[in-house]
Amino acid sequence: MGGKLFRNFSFFSATLSFFLLVGIFAILFHYAQESLHTFGFDFLWTEDWEPGEDDEGGIFGGYIPILGTLLSTIIAMLLATPLAMGIAIFLTEIASERIAKPVSIAIELLAAIPSIIYGMWGLFYFAPIVQSLFGGNGVGLLTAGIVLAIMIVPFMAAITRDSMNTTPSVLKESAYAMGATKFEVIKDVVMPYSKGGIIGSIILALGRALGETMAVAFLIGSVMSTVKHITDPTTSIPVLLANNFAEAEDLEMSSMYFLALVLFVVSFIIISTAKFYFLGKKVK
Amino acid sequence: MKQENLVMELKNFSFTYANAPKPSLKSINLPIEANKITAMIGPSGCGKSTLLRSMNRIHDLYPGNSYEGEINLYHADGTKQNILELKKENDFIKLRQEVGMIFQKPTPFPMSIFDNVAYGLRLSGIKNKTELQGRVETALKGAAIWEETKDRLNESALGMSGGQQQRLCIARAVALKPRVLLFDEPTSALDPISTGAIEELISEIKSEVSVVIVTHNMQQASRLSDYTAFMYLGDLAEFDKTEKIFLNPTQKLTEDYITGRFG
Amino acid sequence: MNRLLLNKIILILSTLSAVIGIGFLFWILATLSYKGITSIHWSTFTNDLVEGGIRNLLVGQFVMALIATVVAVPVGMMAGIYLREYGHGSTLASIIRNLSDVMMSAPSIVIGVFVYALLVDPFGSYNGWAGSVALAIMMIPIIISTTDNMLALVPTELREAGMALGGSKHKIILQVVIRAAKVGITTGVLLSFARIIGETAPLLFTSANNQFFTMDLTGQFPSLTVSIYNLATYPDSASRELAWAASFILTAIVLCINLMGRFLIRNKK
Repeated sequence: MGGKLFRNFSFFSATLSFFLLVGIFAILFHYAQESLHTFGFDFLWTEDWEPGEDDEGGIFGGYIPILGTLLSTIIAMLLATPLAMGIAIFLTEIASERIAKPVSIAIELLAAIPSIIYGMWGLFYFAPIVQSLFGGNGVGLLTAGIVLAIMIVPFMAAITRDSMNTTPSVLKESAYAMGATKFEVIKDVVMPYSKGGIIGSIILALGRALGETMAVAFLIGSVMSTVKHITDPTTSIPVLLANNFAEAEDLEMSSMYFLALVLFVVSFIIISTAKFYFLGKKVK
Repeated sequence: MKQENLVMELKNFSFTYANAPKPSLKSINLPIEANKITAMIGPSGCGKSTLLRSMNRIHDLYPGNSYEGEINLYHADGTKQNILELKKENDFIKLRQEVGMIFQKPTPFPMSIFDNVAYGLRLSGIKNKTELQGRVETALKGAAIWEETKDRLNESALGMSGGQQQRLCIARAVALKPRVLLFDEPTSALDPISTGAIEELISEIKSEVSVVIVTHNMQQASRLSDYTAFMYLGDLAEFDKTEKIFLNPTQKLTEDYITGRFG
Repeated sequence: MNRLLLNKIILILSTLSAVIGIGFLFWILATLSYKGITSIHWSTFTNDLVEGGIRNLLVGQFVMALIATVVAVPVGMMAGIYLREYGHGSTLASIIRNLSDVMMSAPSIVIGVFVYALLVDPFGSYNGWAGSVALAIMMIPIIISTTDNMLALVPTELREAGMALGGSKHKIILQVVIRAAKVGITTGVLLSFARIIGETAPLLFTSANNQFFTMDLTGQFPSLTVSIYNLATYPDSASRELAWAASFILTAIVLCINLMGRFLIRNKK
């Protein structure tokens, strides 16, 4: 009857996520075969990226984009985490209802701005500032890292805010009743209580930063070279894919699939780890 | 109680929740007389709500529960049916059209007042506009909110006050002309004035429908009901005419509860 | 004394963080508006990219986002319904829920590569269908999550009341539960639409871009976001200008839809 059909269709729709995930992994793995077989896991720390003569063969290694991805993410996380925590604390414990509301909305609007806009703005407005302050070209690892930080702050702040808001008022009130300062209540009651959610939000933001493409593409320089100074241009996995995937052929393209696979697997692991920290706490 | 006068009867009925080590209800024998109000009282956790919810098998929304014994429903044509034997969804649907339920929290659907009352009717297949209008009006009159709602039938039911919403839920259930209406603490979430209005309504309804009402308010039970069942820790401790229970109970347990020594 | 000082410092730093955050928002929006508005002409809306306008790009981006929505919303809602109404509590549902959440944060460029392998490579050309599918894949997990969470907010009594009237499960879900969660789900759809309409990475090698106005989804399809990426890197100032105009318009659209969604949910409270 209608009921059975409905139920079956809903079940099938639900399993779609599973099939998509498996499908993505399978496709990436399949097309990465050529590169995997040719280079093996040495691929991960080879610095070369040279297409061969007539696009046949060549030597490809993922070290530079992998390093670029890691470094830009680390810079972003180092800058973003304290800022996001500060904003979350401001929103949950400091600001009055009247101020917290619009600021919260502003933060969520920041999160809604498409990443390509951050890239545009970063390239034309922020890069020159970095250049004048730190030297270099303006486009490079540092600029990418900073703008990436600006991008993930709203996301992290929002989730941390939601985690901190789950702390029961009675708990906080009993701490205040003993004469604790606001900071002490935050440190000794709110943070421990929402620890899982806070760590989860940090890890989740890390996962997002790893896979970020457009903002970084504008700002990291997109050159296959190693970083000696923090302002040097380099590349990251998403950026390499964005710029070079379409024109690549054969072994080079297979190497790109290899990199995409690496990125996908690492993101999957990190995001799953984040979910583990959210376990039990119904945050969002 | 004579069998001809019964509308439902529980025989040796036991109920165990899924994954529970012990039954929540043990060998309940309870007759429900037609066109009368039977109240179920008892301290928290005694099983009165569990018992009520077995009578329209709403427990079956949640898998893993187990029953023993019989719950017999006497249909209008005199036939008897053990509702614990029902398995198919269609049978459950028919059962719930005969045995309706009103919940503790008013549960108006997010639709207009008219659509709320017509909901059960439409589910049972009635499409004719005139018939629907007629039955909705009858139901709303039967729930004593016709005057208050007749000019805003197309407005959202969510705009009504708590007491009105509960009476709407009663109208909605009554529209299906069930044999039995089960009330699960229907007034505990309402103010005293709404409570009074609903109690009046329940008293009037019993000429059309048999009522089983769970309440933790003893005054309500003694005011409204013809028969009272006192439950304690999953057992039916005592069952009798209401005056007898409240004025001259047989069991000491009952007397202690009534006089407020525990509960 | 020390405690109070430490307290004051932390509170000041936190407030400073918020100020910095808001500051960036205003900085970005201000520069975007300034550069954007000064770059918009009447022709920006009436011309296609080939003639220095973004008309075809706006239409193309919307069309792909719309197709994605038409696919993602029914599938996502049905999946969310399964998770909350049929599979509630089961291990399978938890696993699916977790997988779906992982997909929500998966790198969008990888989704682009995936759809390329499936829908571009075998056909030999970029096409708008591939772009729409890539956007749909990004949208589905968000809809699943929204539906799941909004349905969870509907009180159990409402479901029981529906069943107690003799309704069958799927009718109750559609006619009562979904209706009760209607506002939240609609907001979720709006917000996710705003999100995918601003995406670039999944479109880079699926729909790619097209200078001309076309509604032919079997070939390269115009994309606003991909165009911004290309235009911004051209050396000539006309392209740069157009990139700003497009960025401004895109941001305006995204923020408007976002605000609309928030307004909706605040109104229904």
